[in-house]
Amino acid sequence: MTDELAEVFRREAGRCTATMVRVLGDIDLAEDAVAEAFAIAAEQWPRMGIPPNPGGWITTTARNRAIDRLRRESTRSERHRAAHRLHIESMHPDHNPELDGLDDLVDVVADDQLRLMFICAHPALAADAQVALILRLLGGLETGEIAKTFVVPEATMAQRIVRAKRKLHDNHASYRIPRAAELPDRLHAVLAAIYLIYTEGHTASSGQTLTRTDLSTEAIRLGRTLVELMPDEPEALGLLALMLLTEARRPSRLASDGTMVRLADQDRTGWDRTLIGEGHGLVVGCLHRNQPGPFQIQAAIAAVHADAPNAESTDWLQIIALYNQLYALLPSPVVALNRSVAMAELHGPVVGLAGLAEIDSTSVDGYQPYHAARADLLARAGHLDEAVAAYDRAIELTTNTVERGFLARQRAVL
Amino acid sequence: MPQYMISVCHDDTYEVDFSTPEAQRLGTQVGAFNEELQKAGAWVFAAGLHPASSATVVRSSGGVVSMTDGPYAETKEQMGGFWMIDAADLDAALEWANRASAACEGPVEVRPAQG
Repeated sequence: MTDELAEVFRREAGRCTATMVRVLGDIDLAEDAVAEAFAIAAEQWPRMGIPPNPGGWITTTARNRAIDRLRRESTRSERHRAAHRLHIESMHPDHNPELDGLDDLVDVVADDQLRLMFICAHPALAADAQVALILRLLGGLETGEIAKTFVVPEATMAQRIVRAKRKLHDNHASYRIPRAAELPDRLHAVLAAIYLIYTEGHTASSGQTLTRTDLSTEAIRLGRTLVELMPDEPEALGLLALMLLTEARRPSRLASDGTMVRLADQDRTGWDRTLIGEGHGLVVGCLHRNQPGPFQIQAAIAAVHADAPNAESTDWLQIIALYNQLYALLPSPVVALNRSVAMAELHGPVVGLAGLAEIDSTSVDGYQPYHAARADLLARAGHLDEAVAAYDRAIELTTNTVERGFLARQRAVL
Repeated sequence: MPQYMISVCHDDTYEVDFSTPEAQRLGTQVGAFNEELQKAGAWVFAAGLHPASSATVVRSSGGVVSMTDGPYAETKEQMGGFWMIDAADLDAALEWANRASAACEGPVEVRPAQG
């Protein structure tokens, strides 16, 4: 039962919280009400069994708890009015059709989740706060769990979350889906936050293990939810495809002794063909839509890698063409770096190094992958002393133990 | 309706010579922005401020008043002026801030007022 309850919590917490934020107009009240409803479920469900619509049950219970609580604390007139309004709405369902029974609740829930994503990834919040809020409110993770995954003290994470919620509250941030004109920017913030959760799970920025499966899984779940909510948004499809195609390689990223294996050396028979199939389907769908965006192009690049039975048969020409397209949309040093690495595969390390030389080195000085890629190309071009120096810099910038081990071995071979 | 302060962030050495065509061009842009605010009913009040070096810090504690010369915050960035606006929510305030920043060609800070 505990497992089942945990499973329901994982699945429903985000949805219920999303609806309660709309109903109560306050994130803290919503979280408290949902937590209370789950506490009641933990007590009642073992005796009475799990109800047929657990999410609806939790949402209705949370709403009733919120009414009780608002009444109890109704010394503040604002809360008294909120309790009164909720009570009237529950007594006279016609008054607010959104609250009329579970079926209707379920109908509006999809929009609620989308609204919650947009408010969590509000550009007025710092990226780390956006990610923490998404994991807390939509992922239903405890503050302690989020703190652990980002290797910060729980008090620090708690403060980050409290501050973010307070900023939204004090600033009267609206719980709404952005208008068409603002949508591209706001949607990009949501996609970027989900991708940040994914990449943190893919290569943990610090710690003893290379990957954090729980974070990647959560990011993919959020990506799926976003696609359900915005099925016609090509970049949402692109993000999901990119995550699935990257995730497919996970089984081959670590050797049996726990060391990291780079893409070129991976055992491709270990790649997850189901995930690749799903990712491929999404990429093909994106191509048909013909509204390319950065996530779709990165997914297409991942799909080209997935197509090659071994590293030697990779279609680098296609990958370079895609990087050129990506660079036209997103002329960032990171894209230029990846394009140079692809160029090196086709035309040799000297051409790759020439590409790297065009990047403003101050913009990538603190970026570990730049130094790691440069070290590799220098070594392949026979500039061993420079390669060692570049590896030293890359190792210095690496906080993940497994990744550092990989770089140290590469350096030692020289 | 919620109120927000949009303040203009300046370097502490910033000083405007209003006789220059550059300052007049900025003044025209800001004037047009002020008109937009007023037309939309978002205007509460606004002011451009003299440089931070003109500031005096006053402390009254237990009936004793002390005064010190200069701005309170010894930072390189100081407030050069501000608008108080009415806006429905944060996003509406940020939209006005976006236009304010374009008008004065520099960064602005948005802060919600209490109440």
